[in-house]
Amino acid sequence: MMYEEVTSGSRTRRTLTGAARVLMELRIDGPLVVGLSLIAAYGLVVLYSASGQSLATVLRTVARLVIGAIAMLLLARVNPNFLRRSTPWLYAGGCVLLLIVEAIGHVGLGAQRWLNLGLFRFQPSELMKLAVPMMCAWYMHERPLPPGWGALALLSVIILLPVGLVAAEPDLGTAALIACGGALVIVLAGLRVRVMVGLVLLGVVTAWFGWSFMHDYQRRRVLTFLNPQTDPLGAGYHIIQSQIAIGSGGVFGKGWMNGSQAQLEFLPERSTDFIFAVIGEEFGLLGLLLLLLLYVFVVGRAIYLATQTQETFARLLAGSLALTFFVYVFINAGMVTGLLPVVGVPLPLVSYGGSSVVTLLAGFGILMALYSRRKLIGS
Amino acid sequence: MPAVRIKDHWREQRLFDQRALVCAALMGLATVGLIARLFLLQVTRHDYYAELSQGNRVRTEPIPAARGLILDRSGEIVAGDQPAYQLELVPEEVPDVDKTLASLVQLGLIRAEDVNEIERTIDSSRTFDSVPIRLRMSDEDVARFAVRRFEFPGLDIKTRQTRFYPNGDLAVHALGYVGAISEQDLKHIDRAAYAGTSLIGKLGVESAFERELHGRNGFREVLVNAQGRSVERQGGTLVTNLRTKAPTAGDDLILTIDLKVQRVAEAALAGHRGAVVALDPNNGDVIALVSLPGFDPTLFGRGITAAEYNQLQGDIDRPLFNRALRGTYPPGSTVKPVIALAGLTYHVVDPEAHRFCAGSFHLPGSSFIYREYHNEHHGAVDLDDAIARSCDVYFYGLANEIGVDRISAFMAPFGFGALTGIDISGEKAGILPSRAWKEKMFSRPADRVWFPGETVSFGIGQGYLTVTPLELAHYASVVATRGRIWKPRLVAAYRDPGTGQLHRIAPVSGGEVGGVSGDDWQRVVHGMIGVTQRGTAAAIGAHAPYVFAGKTGTAQVFTVARNEKYNAAKINERLRDHSWFIAFAPADAPRIALAVLEENGGAGASAAAPIARKVLDAYLLDAEGKVKPTS
Repeated sequence: MMYEEVTSGSRTRRTLTGAARVLMELRIDGPLVVGLSLIAAYGLVVLYSASGQSLATVLRTVARLVIGAIAMLLLARVNPNFLRRSTPWLYAGGCVLLLIVEAIGHVGLGAQRWLNLGLFRFQPSELMKLAVPMMCAWYMHERPLPPGWGALALLSVIILLPVGLVAAEPDLGTAALIACGGALVIVLAGLRVRVMVGLVLLGVVTAWFGWSFMHDYQRRRVLTFLNPQTDPLGAGYHIIQSQIAIGSGGVFGKGWMNGSQAQLEFLPERSTDFIFAVIGEEFGLLGLLLLLLLYVFVVGRAIYLATQTQETFARLLAGSLALTFFVYVFINAGMVTGLLPVVGVPLPLVSYGGSSVVTLLAGFGILMALYSRRKLIGS
Repeated sequence: MPAVRIKDHWREQRLFDQRALVCAALMGLATVGLIARLFLLQVTRHDYYAELSQGNRVRTEPIPAARGLILDRSGEIVAGDQPAYQLELVPEEVPDVDKTLASLVQLGLIRAEDVNEIERTIDSSRTFDSVPIRLRMSDEDVARFAVRRFEFPGLDIKTRQTRFYPNGDLAVHALGYVGAISEQDLKHIDRAAYAGTSLIGKLGVESAFERELHGRNGFREVLVNAQGRSVERQGGTLVTNLRTKAPTAGDDLILTIDLKVQRVAEAALAGHRGAVVALDPNNGDVIALVSLPGFDPTLFGRGITAAEYNQLQGDIDRPLFNRALRGTYPPGSTVKPVIALAGLTYHVVDPEAHRFCAGSFHLPGSSFIYREYHNEHHGAVDLDDAIARSCDVYFYGLANEIGVDRISAFMAPFGFGALTGIDISGEKAGILPSRAWKEKMFSRPADRVWFPGETVSFGIGQGYLTVTPLELAHYASVVATRGRIWKPRLVAAYRDPGTGQLHRIAPVSGGEVGGVSGDDWQRVVHGMIGVTQRGTAAAIGAHAPYVFAGKTGTAQVFTVARNEKYNAAKINERLRDHSWFIAFAPADAPRIALAVLEENGGAGASAAAPIARKVLDAYLLDAEGKVKPTS
């Protein structure tokens, strides 16, 4: 429907439809926006139930979605070259903010993740979710692919510096996602398979070392992931209750606002990290399949857009953003269903709270900007 | 010179597409894995998780069934349910628990020494649960709290059902009592059926008819949230599909006991230790069952304190001991009628023939002298006289002539040495001795031989022979009906309180005493009537508006040396003889048969017989002192 046949005299011309022309002007990708909107709408319906019928919670989320949408629209109009040139500054600024947060955290009480900017709270780690893959893509832009050893070493530094700072906050989930965003750029850049295998082995060894540096609660999460039944009332409670919620939902679910696990508060963090389980309980397997279908559609479309870009920076960044979105979904769903350890990763566009909604939509804005400014070469 | 790598855009594009494809494939694989996991949770293991979820949200609360009432034969309540007041505290609603408890101590509602225990209980409870901090509040306590209630937010007086015995200790040894369910009880009850029940029958009718009285507990499903707090709504909607099953109240029991007679019997025996058992000889109904001293059964239902229990347990008069069912005593002369019957039936004795009583008896070839009670001299006595005047010498000789094994065999059908089969538990059997019994009971060969002298004592109910008051009443009842045996019973019927439907329990016959001629029965009964008219209990029988048969008995506790006289005043009260009296009335068509025992009461005629007369009067006479017509 993007094109229509226009017949004038003996010539038939294919032209863009009116709607498509508007989207073109806005540099917005229609299918992607439809997919994202459906997910967000679905999320709002679930959130109303999961928050215990709190209209205020829903409205706050709508506000965040609006802010995110504006960010997406604005970023979609930014020239990719400008984006690329400002990447090092964005990255450097983000690292400085992380250091400030870390410093405040040491002074204040315990975990510190955000800066209070008066009007709103700002999480520098959210910024880094975009800045790290951008920086990696920027670095690889001028260099031949696949990356050599030297490039790999430098990319590792680019990734691990902010990841280390975020992990120290401590926010393991976000740190993992940031690392993932950067790593995906390297993978998409064509990192050789044997190097990847080597890195995985290195990762295993590092994990072994890392174990000794973990906080107790992080270790417990890993252990209860391996066997949640060992501590049913403590660390394993989350996983057990979310599995009960999902399992008891069956194929068709218990119905909207009728999930006893969610409504009677057996399910912890029901409106945030564990909202996936609420969908499973109230809308059943069908509800979850619908959600996964929407996610797969969005990610698929995003990957398609990435392949259509022509510059290295655009391709790598767009591809990384698309895949990171899927990683988000998979980690959250995996955690809630008991496949992965419990790390605080929200379900994108559905979980309540945080600035992640804005970051995600901003990411899609960047992706659209990269796609829409491709040089129309070839046929 | 190292090779300079130059960007090859076409190749890089291809590489990227390749990688993107691989990533997309991996993504697809991960999605399939996730869906497989969801399938496992939501389809394969759905039932399992559905059950866990249901168990999470629904708690089943038992609703205890009301325990059945116990009524006497005329419908008067003997045991019922009554609300008891208790003070309960909801921790989360109390601003300062310590201060509140301190104020309650000042008010005298809780004891200072209990405060620590109460605080421990509160600490171990959930903050929204109501914790009982004071049980068994009197009306006065309730009133004292009520006027200051505004000072105690979070405290409230709650009621719960407890067993109530309106007549206190009346008939307690027949009724039994209820108490907290013990470890022992848990072994033989269905725990599920008793969830929510706090009291269980411990003795007597309360225990024997526990199944009928208990009823069936119901349950109520309650929606609870993660904190265990019961809630009505789930996500804003009222939950209505929870199940409730109403309890079925226990059956009411209708006793055979006549409380009016029971009261008279207890009053007559009051101040003494002893027992009264009165039976309807025509069906075995227990008209009265007394064992004194008794105790207040309400104590156990409300939660007896250790001090109270120790006091009961340590009492020298043994109030917890059921003398009527479990006390075994030598029957004394009350056995003479059955010995006489044995003599007549075996044709050992001519009832008309006189024997001469000079106050003592000795076996041929033996110098051992058996004395007459109080060293009386009855002179020439026939069988009728021997019963009426309770001539020991006559029966010494008669027993010796019949022989121990024949006496023993003859007495067995009358219920001696065996359980009567009364419908409550705890009954004990007395001893009916015989040669075989002695051989079995003793280990030393010298002790295992039956001596002829032991048969002589047997003739007047001394020696090895022992009976319980219940057994003796049963025997009186068998004689009264000229041989008909009925199992004694306390419960005549039970009634469904819902429908009012009455289920009568048929009396259980124990057969008949065979081989005794009607004439012989009549002769012995005539002798027993003589007891109350011209014999040992003539003073008691005087002016009775009905003819009644009886027999006195005096059971030795303490053997007086042969050359000494028994002097009741001189020996310790607790070593005095036990006093027995058995009777039935009216003699020709008996409606009541009884046995009265007064421990250490002395002679049967002076202690037990007057009590028996009062009981007979209470049962047989109307308010104007006339014999009531048979119903």
